[in-house]
Amino acid sequence: MRPVYTDMGAKDTRSGFGAALLELGEKDERIVALSADLMSSVKMEAFAKRFPERFFQCGVAEANMIGVAAGLATTGFIPFVGTFANFATGRVYDQIRQSICYSGKNVKIAASHAGLTLGEDGATHQMLEDIGLMRGLPGMTILSPCDYHQTRLATLAAAEWEGPVYLRFGRPPVPTFTPPEDPSFQIGKLQVLLEGRDGVIFATGHLVWHALQASYALEAQGLSIAVVNVHTLKPIDEEGVVEWLERSPVIVTAEEHQMYNGLGDIISFISTKFCPRFIERVAVRDTFGESGKPEELLQKYGLTAAHIISAVERALEHQL
Amino acid sequence: MEQAHLEAIAAQVRRDVIRMVYQAQSGHPGGALGATDILVALYFAHMHHTPSSFSPTGLGEDVFILSNGHICAAWYAVLARRGYFPLQELSSFRRINSRLQGHPATKEGLPGVRVATGSLGQGLSVGIGIALGKRLQRDPHLVYVMIGDGELNEGQIWEAALFAAHHRVDNLIVIVDRNYKQIDGDTRAVLDTDPLEEKWRAFGWEVFSLREAHSFPAILSTLEQARSHARKGKPLIVIAYTIMGKGVDFMENDYRWHGKPPSDLEYERAIAQLPATLKDF
Repeated sequence: MRPVYTDMGAKDTRSGFGAALLELGEKDERIVALSADLMSSVKMEAFAKRFPERFFQCGVAEANMIGVAAGLATTGFIPFVGTFANFATGRVYDQIRQSICYSGKNVKIAASHAGLTLGEDGATHQMLEDIGLMRGLPGMTILSPCDYHQTRLATLAAAEWEGPVYLRFGRPPVPTFTPPEDPSFQIGKLQVLLEGRDGVIFATGHLVWHALQASYALEAQGLSIAVVNVHTLKPIDEEGVVEWLERSPVIVTAEEHQMYNGLGDIISFISTKFCPRFIERVAVRDTFGESGKPEELLQKYGLTAAHIISAVERALEHQL
Repeated sequence: MEQAHLEAIAAQVRRDVIRMVYQAQSGHPGGALGATDILVALYFAHMHHTPSSFSPTGLGEDVFILSNGHICAAWYAVLARRGYFPLQELSSFRRINSRLQGHPATKEGLPGVRVATGSLGQGLSVGIGIALGKRLQRDPHLVYVMIGDGELNEGQIWEAALFAAHHRVDNLIVIVDRNYKQIDGDTRAVLDTDPLEEKWRAFGWEVFSLREAHSFPAILSTLEQARSHARKGKPLIVIAYTIMGKGVDFMENDYRWHGKPPSDLEYERAIAQLPATLKDF
């Protein structure tokens, strides 16, 4: 029997981050937090209230925030900087590159509101290139958890992990389907949610849930499609990916990110090196987003379970 | 330390700078020569630091950050002469497999460097972070950050200026290498930052003016004056009116010496003005 993942209640992944940050603050005095005037949106309020000495409001000045975090890390603290994904990456790329990554500083970048699903704010705020930006930086670790519980666990794990971490999560409530404590979540290891003989969907972030729905629907059609959660995009579990590439007749990737430089490219990179395969991508197709409700945006830009099913079908046709 | 001794060290550091840049046939001699006296004063007479056991965290000692990383030839020479790493290593400046990168870096583990700088505008923020870290850990030592005056064009500097005043980062002394030169010319022609002292005052900083930025008594008394204002609720800044290229007559006040090495002939002319006062590397 394949496991059945059910929605235990919709929750925003950013709240998983906020809960973990508070826990971390309680147990480790080295944890400090910095916000660029988005304390409540990024769910850092509880930490700020509980540990005012270890919280730094930076104002709408992200470049300085990154540098201050690098300085705090120099003296042995573990800073979490929190803002929206576009302000956490594109706006401060050079600061992350030089003051954090090249300098080897143990700073955790907590990026909320990633992807299209932040919704009504529109394309200025819908960051879809961040995985690519962060992936190019030597020494950067990229975590992209799939629900509330996993975002909490990823935050806790990021604090333990030595070196810079980019932690990507989102704004809207989404299904919670992984357990609160989950030994199968480990940085750098693929998480196999559903086994399958006929193919595999590699998914990350919010689209993991959609991939599960796609797999269940395909099961009704007699197809057994695995769902592998790629919550760690860097360092990628190369061995694990190769194993799935070798044994899966069809291969699909699914991400709430541009089709360039994200999960699709990461899997293709491994494929071209070890196991050349046809890969279908579900991703935003080289376009900016727009205002709308999260579900409307996923529908319009081709990121729903139905789109993943179509991608599996295209991959099957290609195989024939 | 006696003034004569500091002057001898500074003279040798200037000679080191010219030899390093000439041997590498690349580097930034102008700003390095201009900042030499301040760096020597900081490292040989003013700061509390432990060259023999460099700690990357900088806890328990004063910390210096060179935010205008391109003038690192002078910083490297000062660090080597102060005992942070072997003098001979200066000959590896800007060469392959060297710890003395073209701009300061931590990756190769060069003692004295705690953060990479070079892309401008970033070192001040990092220095503020270190100052906050020291405050949280009840470390009474200070953080010194040198910034270039071309670097003042960077928006991040002014983000940092707002932040430090707002958060009362008062264990920090910034030194502006105010030589009025940047790559494309005079700062007043490229992007004017005057009136500079008024700007920093308006941002809530305590401003100290160092008019004689090549006189050791003046440098040391201004630094001491700044230090005496530490922990009084305001960040501190020294505007140091330096002369770019100081010590080599044809480089002085000439912005074209920002980032080019001397030719053979220019090297001979320069080195003739900088006799060895200590042993060459």
